[in-house]
Amino acid sequence: MNLTNRTERSKMRVKRTQAVLAALATTSALALGACGGDSIKDADTPAGATKDCGDLNMAVNPWVGFEADAHVVGYVAQTELGCTVSYKDLDEQVSWKGFGNGSVDVVIENWGHPELEKKYFADAGGDGSAEDAGLTGNNGVIGWYVPPWMAEKYPDITDWNNLNKYADLFKTSESGDLGTLYDGDPGFVTNDEALVKNLDLNYKVVYAGSEDALIEAFRTAEENKTPMIGYFYEPQWFLAEVPLVKVNLPKYTDGCDADPAKVACDYPPYPLNKIVSTKWMDSGSPAVNLVKNFNWTNDDQNLVAKYIAQDQMDPDDAAKKWVEANQDKVDAWLK
Amino acid sequence: MTTVATTSRKAVRDEGVVVGALRAHPRLWSLLAVVVGWIVVWSFTEGTHTLQISVSTQTDVHQWFQDLSDSIEEAVSSQSSWIINAVRSLADALNSIFTWLQHLFTVAPFPRPLPQFGWLGTMALAALVTFAVAGWRLVLLVVPAFLLFGFLGYWTESVDTLLITLFCVAISCIVGIPLGVWMAHSKVVAAIVTPILDVMQTMPSFVYLLPFAILFGIGPAAAIMVTLVYAVPPVIRISAHGIRTVNSGVLEATDSLGQGRLQRLTKVELPLAKRTIIVGVNQTMMAALAMATIAAYIDGPGLGQSVLDGLKRGQFGTSFVAGTCIVIAAVMLDRTTTAASVRSEQARRAGDHGRRLRRIVLAAGTVGTLIALYLSHVQVWANEFPSSPDLGTPLRNAVDDFGDWLRTNLSGFTSSIQNNFTEWFLNPVQSLIAESPWFVTGLAILLIAAIVGGLRAFVASFVCLAGIYFLDLWYNAMVTLTSCLVATVIVVAIAVVLGVAMGRNIGVDRALRPFLDAGQTIPPFVPLIPVLILFGPNRFTAIVAAVIYAVPIATKLVADGIRGVSGETIEASRSTGASRWQEITKVQLPMARGSLLLATNQGLLYVLSMVVIGAMVGGGGLGFDIVFGFRQSEYIGKGLAAGVTIVLLGIMLDRITTYGAARAGAGPVFKLKRRPQRGPSTLLG
Repeated sequence: MNLTNRTERSKMRVKRTQAVLAALATTSALALGACGGDSIKDADTPAGATKDCGDLNMAVNPWVGFEADAHVVGYVAQTELGCTVSYKDLDEQVSWKGFGNGSVDVVIENWGHPELEKKYFADAGGDGSAEDAGLTGNNGVIGWYVPPWMAEKYPDITDWNNLNKYADLFKTSESGDLGTLYDGDPGFVTNDEALVKNLDLNYKVVYAGSEDALIEAFRTAEENKTPMIGYFYEPQWFLAEVPLVKVNLPKYTDGCDADPAKVACDYPPYPLNKIVSTKWMDSGSPAVNLVKNFNWTNDDQNLVAKYIAQDQMDPDDAAKKWVEANQDKVDAWLK
Repeated sequence: MTTVATTSRKAVRDEGVVVGALRAHPRLWSLLAVVVGWIVVWSFTEGTHTLQISVSTQTDVHQWFQDLSDSIEEAVSSQSSWIINAVRSLADALNSIFTWLQHLFTVAPFPRPLPQFGWLGTMALAALVTFAVAGWRLVLLVVPAFLLFGFLGYWTESVDTLLITLFCVAISCIVGIPLGVWMAHSKVVAAIVTPILDVMQTMPSFVYLLPFAILFGIGPAAAIMVTLVYAVPPVIRISAHGIRTVNSGVLEATDSLGQGRLQRLTKVELPLAKRTIIVGVNQTMMAALAMATIAAYIDGPGLGQSVLDGLKRGQFGTSFVAGTCIVIAAVMLDRTTTAASVRSEQARRAGDHGRRLRRIVLAAGTVGTLIALYLSHVQVWANEFPSSPDLGTPLRNAVDDFGDWLRTNLSGFTSSIQNNFTEWFLNPVQSLIAESPWFVTGLAILLIAAIVGGLRAFVASFVCLAGIYFLDLWYNAMVTLTSCLVATVIVVAIAVVLGVAMGRNIGVDRALRPFLDAGQTIPPFVPLIPVLILFGPNRFTAIVAAVIYAVPIATKLVADGIRGVSGETIEASRSTGASRWQEITKVQLPMARGSLLLATNQGLLYVLSMVVIGAMVGGGGLGFDIVFGFRQSEYIGKGLAAGVTIVLLGIMLDRITTYGAARAGAGPVFKLKRRPQRGPSTLLG
C-alpha cells in the first residue's frame, strides 16, 4: 500500500517536473534567443584584428617594472598593429630558453646576463637563437639600500666606510654577531657575498629568498623604524611607496668587477635592453619595429608600475591609461 | 630533535626512579645516552668538519649534474633522437588538446571575440555533470561555487584551473588505474613502481620545473606534465590497494564458476574496488589542484598566476582572493568526488523508480544545458560573467588593511618572539646538528635510527646519509633537517591539543574542520604573507609557514585516532573514577598511539615539502639551493643535487618513523592508513 502510494507520488512528481522543465526550457529559449541582449556576432572583434600582424609572444619576468614594459608594448602592438599578443609569466632563464622554439619572441627588459648571452647570442658563441634589440631607455641601478628613516637619523650611513660602525644595529637572529645584509630573489644579479668579504665588512649576507620577502621587510622596517640594510634596485615601483636611500660603495670603474671573487666596487650602471628571438626578428612582423623603437624613461615605467602595484589596476588597463596620456611617445615608436 | 625534547623532559620527571625507569624504558634511556654523548662531543668539536660550502661553490658532483642537464638540453635542441621527437609530438598533442578546451570555455578563439561557451553554459554543464555523478545535493554546492568564482572576479582563471585540473585527472586515471591494477596483480611491478612513486611525491617540483620546461617547451604541456608527476601517484597507489583488498572469498567463489581473467577483472575486481578507486581519484584531484601555483612558475594557466601576481606586486589581498578561489575549487571537487564514491554504492541499491526519475531529470537537464550552452555561444550577457556584484574588490581591500594593521600593531611584539625562539631554541639545536663534525652527527642519527626503528631503519638511514654525504650538501641538509624537526615537534604538539579537543567534542570538530580543510588546500604562498609581515624573513618564518601547512593533516589524524578509541574502554576508565586529564593521558592518547605516530610521520613529510617555499622567506638550507638552481642557469646542477638530497632526507625520516611505529605496535593501523593520505605533498615545492 505504502509502496504503491510512493510510486504513484513519484510518478506524479516526475510528470510535473517534466512539464515544468519543458515549459521553462521553451519559454527561456524563446525569450532569450529572440530578444535578449547583444548578440556575439554583432560584438566587436578585437581591435585592429583586420590587419596582418600575427602572434606576439611576450615573456613577463617576475617583477612589476617588467610587467609595465611588456603590457605597454603589448597594448600598442594589439591596438595599433593588430597583433595577437600572449603574455607568458616566466622566469628569466626559462624565457631565454623559449627563443629557440618560438614560444617566446620578446624579453622586453634585460639586466645584463652575460652568461645567457654566451648561450644564446651568435656573436657571443651561443646558438644564435636570440639577439639584442636595443636599449629601453631605462637605467638600472643595483645597490645596497637603507630605509629613509635611517638615512635621516644616521646621515653618514650612506658611505660604505661607516657601515662597520653601524654593524651592531643590523644584528639579527640570522647573523649572530655580524650585521645582516639582506639579499632578495636568488635570481637577481648579486656580488654581495664577495663585496662583504673584500670590503672587510662585519656583515653576513642573509637571503630573504624572494623579492616579496625583501619588500615586506623594508616596509616593516620603515613603518616600525627598525634598522635594516639590503639589496635593492631601481627602477622599482616600491621606491614610490618607501623612498629607500642608496648606500655608496666604492665607485664603479670599468673592469673592476671582472673577477667575481675579487669584486670590491659598486655595481655597474645597467642600461636595460631588449632581447628578441632571431627567428621573430626576421619574420617581418610589423611589431619588430615597435619593439626596436620602444624607449621610455624610468619615470614612465615607475608610473605604469605604480598603476599596477599600488593602484591595483589590471596591467592592460594601466597600459591603456598611460598610452592614452602619452600618445606622442607612442607615435614615435610606431614610425 | 623530537627525541631530545621528549627524553630530557622525561628524564627530569623520572629522575627519582632511575633504575625502575631504566628497566621499563630501555629504549628511551639509550636514546638519552646517545643525545648526551652527542652534546658532549659537540661541546669540544663544534664548528669543525661541518662540510659547509658557500652559496656559490659547486663541487664535482654538482658539475656532473650540471653536465647531465646540459646534455639533455643539447639533445632537445638538436632534435635528433627519436625519444626527443616522441616527447615533442606528445607535447604538441597535449598543447593542442588543451588549447582547444580553452577556446571552448576561457580563451577567445581568434577572430571570435569571446570563448565559444560562456559562464551560463559552463555552469549548466557543471551542474549537469555534478547531478549525474554525485546527486542533486551537490548541485547546490557547485552552482554557488561557480557563482563565487565570478563574483570574486576570477571567473576565467578559475575555469582555467578547473580545466587543467580535470584534464590532468583524466590523464592520471587513464595511466594510473591500469598501472594500479597491474601492481595489484604483480609483486614485481609493485616492487619496481613503488619507489618511483615515492620519489615522485617527495622530489620538490622546483627541481624538475626547469628541465620540464626545456623538454616540453613553454606552454600548457609542460604545466600538465609537472602536475602529472605529482598527481599520478595517489590514484596508482589507491587503485592497487583497492584491487588488492577485494574480498578473496568472492574471488574464489567467482573463480570456481570458471571465469576468465578479463571477466574476473571487469565483473568482479573493478566493480568491488570502485569506491576505493574513486577515493584515489579524489586524492589525485587534490594533488593536481595543489600544483596550480607551482605550475604558474612556468606559465601554467589559471589561479596560480593570480596568486603569484599578488606576491610580485606586494598585494596580500590579490593573493588571498585568488587563493580563496582555489580553496573553493578544492572543496567543491573534494565533496563532489566523495559524494560520487558514496553514490557508486547507493546506485546499486536504489530502486527502479528512483532510477527512472533520475533518468528523466537527466534528460531534462541535458536539454536545459544545451539551451544554456547555445545561449552562451550567441549572447554576450550569457558569455561574459557580469562585473557586478563585485565581491573581490572589498575583500581584497579588507585583507590589505588587515596586513597593514598587523604590521603596525603586532610586528614589533612578534619579532621579539621570533628573536627569543631563534636564540634560545633554534640556534642551539641547529648548532648541535649542523655544527658538529659530520661523522658525529651521522653516527648520532644512525644510533637514534637503530634505537627507534631497529635494523631496517638503521640500514635505510645509513644508505640515505651516505647519499647525502656524496652529494656534497651535508651542511645545508643538516640545517634543513633541524628546521624540519623543530617544525614537526610544534606540529605534533598543536595537533595533539586540537585533535584531542576535536576527538572528544563533536562541536569543536565541526567548528574547526572547515579551517583545517582551507588550511590544507590554500596555496601556502598565501598564509606566507601575513607570517612574513609578523616575523620578517628568517628561518623561524619558514618554520611557521611549514607548521601552518602541516597542522591540518596531523590534527585530523589525531582526531580520528581519539574518536576511534572504543566507547566501552572510556566507560570503563570513567567507572574507575579517572579524571578528565587521566582519561586523556592514560587512556585516549595511549590507545590512539598508532594515529599519533601516523600524524608525526605525515607531519614530517608535509613539513619537508615546505622546504622550498620556506627558502623563499629566508629559510635557507637545501630549499635555497633549489630555488637558486631554478633561477640561475649556472647552478642547475647544485639545485638538482639539493633535490635528490631532500628526497633522501624524506625517505630516511619516513623509514625511521614507519619502522619505529611498527615496533611500537602500531603496524597494522599505520600501514593501512599511511598510503591513502593526501600525499606528502611536495605541493609546493
